[in-house]
Amino acid sequence: MAHFTKATSVKDWLNQRLAVEKVEKVMMSEYWIPKNINFLWAMGMVLVVTFALLVVSGIFLLMYYVPTTEEAFNSVNYTIMKEVDFGWLWRHVHGVAASVVFLIIYIHMFTGIYYGSYKKGRELIWISGMLLFVAFSAEAFSGYMLPWGQMSYWAGMVITNLFSGGSLHADGLVEWIRGDYVPAQAFLGRFFMLHVLLIPLAIMGLIGLHFGALRIPHVNNQDGEEIDFDVESKKYLDGDKAGSKVMRFANDFMSKDMMVVGVFLIFFFYLVFWNYGFAMDPVNFDPADGLKTPAHIYPEWYFLWSYEILRPFNVDLGLVLFAFAQVIFVLLPFLDRSPNTVPANRRGIFAIWFWLMLANMIVLTAMGKLPPEGMFSTIGLYSAILFVVQWLALPIITSFEKKL
Amino acid sequence: MKNKEPLILAVVVFFTLVTYYLVEPYAHHVMHKHVESEHFAYADLPAITKTGDAASGQELIMNAGCAGCHSIEAAGMPAPMDAVTAAQSYGVNPPDLSNAGAIYDAKFLSDLIKNPAHALKVEHKFDAEKGQMHPMVAFYGMGGDIDQEVADMVAYLQSIAVKPEDVTPAMAFQDACGRCHAVSYENWTQMGTKPAFKHEKDALAFDIQVMDYQDALKAYMGKLPPDLSMYIRSRNEHFISTLVENPQNHLAGTAMPRVGVTAEAAEKVIEHMKNAGDSKRFEREEIGKNVMIYIIIFAIFALLWKKQVWRDLH
Repeated sequence: MAHFTKATSVKDWLNQRLAVEKVEKVMMSEYWIPKNINFLWAMGMVLVVTFALLVVSGIFLLMYYVPTTEEAFNSVNYTIMKEVDFGWLWRHVHGVAASVVFLIIYIHMFTGIYYGSYKKGRELIWISGMLLFVAFSAEAFSGYMLPWGQMSYWAGMVITNLFSGGSLHADGLVEWIRGDYVPAQAFLGRFFMLHVLLIPLAIMGLIGLHFGALRIPHVNNQDGEEIDFDVESKKYLDGDKAGSKVMRFANDFMSKDMMVVGVFLIFFFYLVFWNYGFAMDPVNFDPADGLKTPAHIYPEWYFLWSYEILRPFNVDLGLVLFAFAQVIFVLLPFLDRSPNTVPANRRGIFAIWFWLMLANMIVLTAMGKLPPEGMFSTIGLYSAILFVVQWLALPIITSFEKKL
Repeated sequence: MKNKEPLILAVVVFFTLVTYYLVEPYAHHVMHKHVESEHFAYADLPAITKTGDAASGQELIMNAGCAGCHSIEAAGMPAPMDAVTAAQSYGVNPPDLSNAGAIYDAKFLSDLIKNPAHALKVEHKFDAEKGQMHPMVAFYGMGGDIDQEVADMVAYLQSIAVKPEDVTPAMAFQDACGRCHAVSYENWTQMGTKPAFKHEKDALAFDIQVMDYQDALKAYMGKLPPDLSMYIRSRNEHFISTLVENPQNHLAGTAMPRVGVTAEAAEKVIEHMKNAGDSKRFEREEIGKNVMIYIIIFAIFALLWKKQVWRDLH
């Protein structure tokens, strides 16, 4: 057993038992962050804040939500929206945050791709981040089932149908997932459990892993500079704060994080109060009806690009490419063969690859929502092919890249 | 080194807005048919040429047999039969005429009296030549100038109605829409507001009556018209307004009749639907402003804190 002495203060008492000073240094004051980074590096903190908003608003909603097919719609639209004080506020915060969190995730992801923040020691940051993306996607989908409106029901029908595997006709698997032949009480009950318990637990665990994976390699910087953190941090601690290339996470970078969070929250609450429609699809304000298929069924905007990779092909090829699109981002650190950890604009052909990928995913997103007719079908088809070709080409174009 | 942050922000905002534009305004523009408002002018209906006389209108209405189906509570005339029996006889319970003069357009009422299926735009369902008679019998005149007689009747209806500005949102909705559409979030059934019953037995008996009414309505309309509780969110103001104005513009061949409300009454109908499906809209505005003030102050403090901390870092 360790040697304990009579504590001189509360802090000392805690220190002997929890090493709070050490923890504070590791996590905050001596967690060194390069100075040459921009506001895109604050997206992690923005995500933490948004996730916190989701958890808190979700807890309030959970107090009144009733997970039965009979009562779910009314518990959301009547009880929460009309009866409960500020129920509407928590619902709008939850709905808008669920949509905005994906906007920030995409910005965060493309920041990582642009600056090469998945390379050389940072692979696990990227992989845990992509696992978080998958977990958030599952969380978003399961949450979308809960109001039990028309889009909940039909999106549940369409997405669970994917598991039949096209020509494999694994209908037994689909029934197993649904717990019924169609989305019904068993389906709603299990997605409720997933949404409020299992997936949030997974997300919290993955956030821990994501942060842990970041601690040793440190965050990347915007100039692709290799920083000797030991030398630079010593310089800082010796008093040359201005000359050092690094700063403390807290309070130095945290103050900038908070500034960005402040600006983000202005944008966020503007959406919550005045422009929430994009996050709460009108169709889902009609109660679920298995006998009435909506004219247009489409997922929320953040799933549209992968939906559009599924849609233009026949069912088997579509499913294969859809699966490809789901996993391919995870493999990025291994598909990128370049030895350079520098911003994309200094990587020649990779810069073109990056901007094309971004633009093409926006095109896919748009085509995923538009009805699959005429020109939109054609554009969607070529965009989906381009997406696949770009990923197949990535190892080739990056292996030609010279060491800078 | 040059500060690249404004450029980076511009790039992020640009791609965000492009994506937003494509998946929201543009995609919805492509997916949903746009119907222009006709401003409740009812331009297809003949203009009124005669000035009505309420006193002779009253006499005409008594003699023409309107009260055989319609109640006129304002004139002390009760409904000839209960709502369920009426629905079983006519498909839908005929409206009380007390406030018709305040809620419906005069041109529409005139045409309705002379040719119901035409005014209601349900001639595809009720074609007299094929023997498909509209349950409301047309008024063929009492021997005088029929246009004068109709104008008199409309003048009478206007004279007994409340002033148009005194029509409440609930009155407008219940009169124009509420005999076909329930609004469960306002406790409204096709037979009126569901009362609070002391005994469950009585509540169930009422529910059964409503179901009987709904069965008759279903047979008449082809399907049960939807509960409109959340329609203000599942559709939108423009859609509802243009649908009420002329259902055929949105859904050609629909059994839903044109109900002929005035522009003011239509606004009240929508107001009522907002009260049902978006009841916290005023609170939202109010709290929204306060939250914005709070967040802007937070952002200013965060900015000042950042400036203070970073002063030593450069």
